[in-house]
Amino acid sequence: MHARASVLAVLLTCLGLGVTGCGSGSPPATVLDVHAAASLTDTFTELAEQFEAQHPGVEVSLNFAGSSALVQQLSAGAPADVLATADERSMAGAVDAGLVDGEPEVFATNVLTVVVPADNPAGVGSLRDLADPGVQVVVCAPQVPCGAAAERVEETSGVRLSPVSEEGSVTGVLGKVVSGQADAGLVYVTDARSAGDAVEVVEVPRASRAVNRLSVAALADSDATEPARQFLELVAGEPGREVLAGAGFGAP
Amino acid sequence: MTRRRPRGFSTVPGWVWIPAALGALVVVLPVLGMLARVDRDGFLGLITSESSRTALWLSLRTATVSTALCVLLGTPMALVLARARLPGARLLRSLALLPLVLPPVVGGIALLHTFGRYGLVGRYLELAGISIAFTTVAVVLAQTFVALPFLVVSLEGALRSAAAGYEEVAATLGARPTTVLRRVTLPLVLPGLASGAVLSFARCLGEFGATLTFAGSLQGTTRTLPLEIYLLRETDPDAAVALSLVLVVVAVLVVGLSAPVRRTVGRR
Repeated sequence: MHARASVLAVLLTCLGLGVTGCGSGSPPATVLDVHAAASLTDTFTELAEQFEAQHPGVEVSLNFAGSSALVQQLSAGAPADVLATADERSMAGAVDAGLVDGEPEVFATNVLTVVVPADNPAGVGSLRDLADPGVQVVVCAPQVPCGAAAERVEETSGVRLSPVSEEGSVTGVLGKVVSGQADAGLVYVTDARSAGDAVEVVEVPRASRAVNRLSVAALADSDATEPARQFLELVAGEPGREVLAGAGFGAP
Repeated sequence: MTRRRPRGFSTVPGWVWIPAALGALVVVLPVLGMLARVDRDGFLGLITSESSRTALWLSLRTATVSTALCVLLGTPMALVLARARLPGARLLRSLALLPLVLPPVVGGIALLHTFGRYGLVGRYLELAGISIAFTTVAVVLAQTFVALPFLVVSLEGALRSAAAGYEEVAATLGARPTTVLRRVTLPLVLPGLASGAVLSFARCLGEFGATLTFAGSLQGTTRTLPLEIYLLRETDPDAAVALSLVLVVVAVLVVGLSAPVRRTVGRR
């Protein structure tokens, strides 16, 4: 009994030493908490790597989720330094909640497009075809940015959609199109591009395009204000433009 | 050691109370946390909105149908697992309980590739003009998939603890297997069946992942209460909390109301 207890004590001590030993090698890093819209997953991951390469000692921690969910997490006290949302409406929510430090900046734009499964089973050739009752269309729910944009597409084009499902996120829409469950879906051009050959893109007429303006801001609760400012510069500056344009985002 | 205490005798060591209380706290504390966040003034308005009522009604309807399916399909499953002597029973049981350990999202993906448009079975249904995806049938299918093991486990346990002696006596007296099942076995395990059905119903009511993955989310058709809460969380956190509380109350009611029923049934 006694022997077992001492073995346990030794094990625990080793474990403790191991953990501290692990951290003592490098200087304590500043962590920059960046909360970004799900549609920014690929681009912000790349930008964060660039940023870490340029700023040794700063570690970027990324959290991706739906914009409204992010704002809600932040309101509930999640620690964060930078917030990037998929539209201005979500950012306005963060400003109203007193989360933002200074003025948010629009750094990119995104538009919706129609995607169909690779073999286009319903033969969708235009936005207008989506009104056909035989076509199973999936869109985002109006509560989330891509759904709000889908509503604006309906309004400006006069095409009335009766979706078979209103998803909570744009990835939900894309998934149902990629798997062939739906005949067509409205997603961001950036998502359509990242899906590659799994989907076919049907252009939405320019006049009916609903533009979502992506906003970024430093947060009031930040304890890394300087790195946060530098990160905003990177995102809104030339390197950010390049990476974002490569993914299909438009200039602000 | 032989001293007997007629009252206050306990086989539970005192220290067990501490981890037990901690465990209870893990369950109860989050519910209290949610209660504290409920917007009391707007509560009624939040839970009686049209979309909330539609979602609640859809949840209750689908959970009832799914529970009925669980009873119809799960009772024979439990009987086979508990009573029939068949090789590989252990493997069969593990398979039957699979949805219990699978994340619901995985269940949803599995259903999608089985009953979806291009699924194993779905493609033939599609040819026959039957489309399941994005319909209420898909919701029921998802709920039945995740809830079935709850019924099977409860009932199988009841069947195993019920002595097989009565059944054997009935059989030796000339009763056919179906008569034994109807007159002896089922009445014997009715409490187990009842609690299994209640658990299944509660599980159906809370189903989220498989439904979202397989059935989609459309008001009145596939957007059950958990899906409505998930969506509301995006824009109207107060309403999401209020509706969550409704779901907690419904769940407590279902489980609480069924307890006395199960006891009376058990006494008979």
